[in-house]
Amino acid sequence: MADRVFDAAATNGLPRHERRAVFVQRLLTMPALIVIGIFGVVPLVIALAYSFLEPAPYGGVEWRFSTDAYVSLLFQKDLFDETWSFVPDYLLIFWRTVVYAFLITVICLLLGFPTAYFMATRLPAQRNRWVLLVTIPFWSNMLIRIMAIMLIIRDQGLINGFLIKIGLIDQPIPMLYPDFAIVLGLFYSFLPLMVLPLFSSLERFDLRLVEAGLDLYATRRKVLTRIVIPLAKPGIIAGCILVFIPALGAYSIPLILGAGTRMMAGNLIALQFGSSRNWPLGAAQAALLMTGVIAALIFHPRKGAGKVDHG
Amino acid sequence: MVEAPSQAHRRRRGVLDVTGQPGFRTIASICIGILYAPLVVLVLLSFNTSDLLTQFDGLSLQWYRLALANRDFYEAAKNTLIVATATTAATVLATAAALGMTRALRAWRGQTAAYTVINLPLMVPEIVVAIATLAFFSVLSSSLGISFGFGNLILTHTVFCIPVAYMPIRARLAGMDTSLDQAAADLYATPWHAFRRVTLPLLAPGIIAGAALAFIISFDNFTISQFVAGPGQSTLPLYIWGMIRKPITPEVNAMCSLLLAISILFIFASSLISRRRN
Repeated sequence: MADRVFDAAATNGLPRHERRAVFVQRLLTMPALIVIGIFGVVPLVIALAYSFLEPAPYGGVEWRFSTDAYVSLLFQKDLFDETWSFVPDYLLIFWRTVVYAFLITVICLLLGFPTAYFMATRLPAQRNRWVLLVTIPFWSNMLIRIMAIMLIIRDQGLINGFLIKIGLIDQPIPMLYPDFAIVLGLFYSFLPLMVLPLFSSLERFDLRLVEAGLDLYATRRKVLTRIVIPLAKPGIIAGCILVFIPALGAYSIPLILGAGTRMMAGNLIALQFGSSRNWPLGAAQAALLMTGVIAALIFHPRKGAGKVDHG
Repeated sequence: MVEAPSQAHRRRRGVLDVTGQPGFRTIASICIGILYAPLVVLVLLSFNTSDLLTQFDGLSLQWYRLALANRDFYEAAKNTLIVATATTAATVLATAAALGMTRALRAWRGQTAAYTVINLPLMVPEIVVAIATLAFFSVLSSSLGISFGFGNLILTHTVFCIPVAYMPIRARLAGMDTSLDQAAADLYATPWHAFRRVTLPLLAPGIIAGAALAFIISFDNFTISQFVAGPGQSTLPLYIWGMIRKPITPEVNAMCSLLLAISILFIFASSLISRRRN
């Protein structure tokens, strides 16, 4: 809407040099748009097209229209009599993905909020150091971080080694491979995604409000629930979205920490493009995952969220 | 946030933290602990004499020597460097786009759409980008006979590195004073001259920070490379993935520690440069 209003002004009453400026700005943006368009958007369209085709026997597709890929998200075709029967396996994996993503978001919020608040109430010079401290693990190699977690929690790992040494247990507690390892790995990887937006919203928060609340005999808990949290709402929503969406698409963490026994949607998709050689099914599963991502983007509670910054 | 100096002073001395909440300091410490403990363990074990991963016997560099003598590791490192270096070209595209998007006197038609497209690679889950790109290149090679070899990997990395490089450049541009360009124009500088002599030098820290981020994001990428890399195009993350699928040897710890050191160096540099004021 806003675009159209501006554009009306741009085409009618604008001096020539300003029209020229708009032209140059569009031109400058073009190369990036073209590269992302050809090598980013076109592949997504092709993947969507693939989901409506038939699988070729050795990977790839046959160019014949079919909705089998979508039907087989829920049903399986019997090899002999060609009847479809309901098989909830894929549905369960998608359900697990949503549950994990939700769980991770809640855990990240519960631990990330106090962390961000603590960071925001430091002196400005210390704040920068804290931000860097949280940023470094976030940008470092995901694979290496997961590998480091494995070193700690596997059967011959540090925690079990230590517990056996002090005689608390004589058999290692299996921590690697079940759901625990995946949830821990996801939490570990996505915590900075929660802390950083929370911090930037809390940093702008006027701490004198807290003092005012305390002066008026509010308890610290009351100050938190009545003043701080309501005002930090945009940051909380941003953080939750930033954690929930990549958690839905998690691939490498469950791949390594789930060791094939616990799959998430990302692994299921990869499997169709790998050993299962059913590209249309994989593309349909990817389309389902994208639907979830887009739904999360559209239907998140937007009340009080900050305006979008175009630029 | 403005705070009274006396309060800041009190807080520094730790006498009274008025704004603090009980237990928050502990939770913050635990979070930092969880983020760093695995990395510290990894680095410590890489210097361990013993090849047992649970006990620490003494310091040695033997695993590093083994890692660096490994021919496949070198080959993967070379591939990674080629791809990551070529990918920093994304910075040029990101800089141009940031100039076109941020310095607008008024919003132009389609600017919102352009913003969405630029950020798209960060919104779509990596695994979806990975399979989509695999499908795309398979169509290119099967129906048109086109394959760019290493170019496949470089182009794919460029796509998701554009928004990554775009972020610090845009932040820098948004904080810059446009009156300097106007002053240059008043002094009869051509637009190109004003850009070359005024805007670009001021923007340089943002561009360098963006390039460093783009480099390291390409350097560390695993998921997308796994699907797009052809035979003989194994990058370091792919090589390490191959190693941790087998029983883990301390050699991997040394390799991981080396990679970690490179990542931290780049992140640190990028953060320092982008925070530097004029």
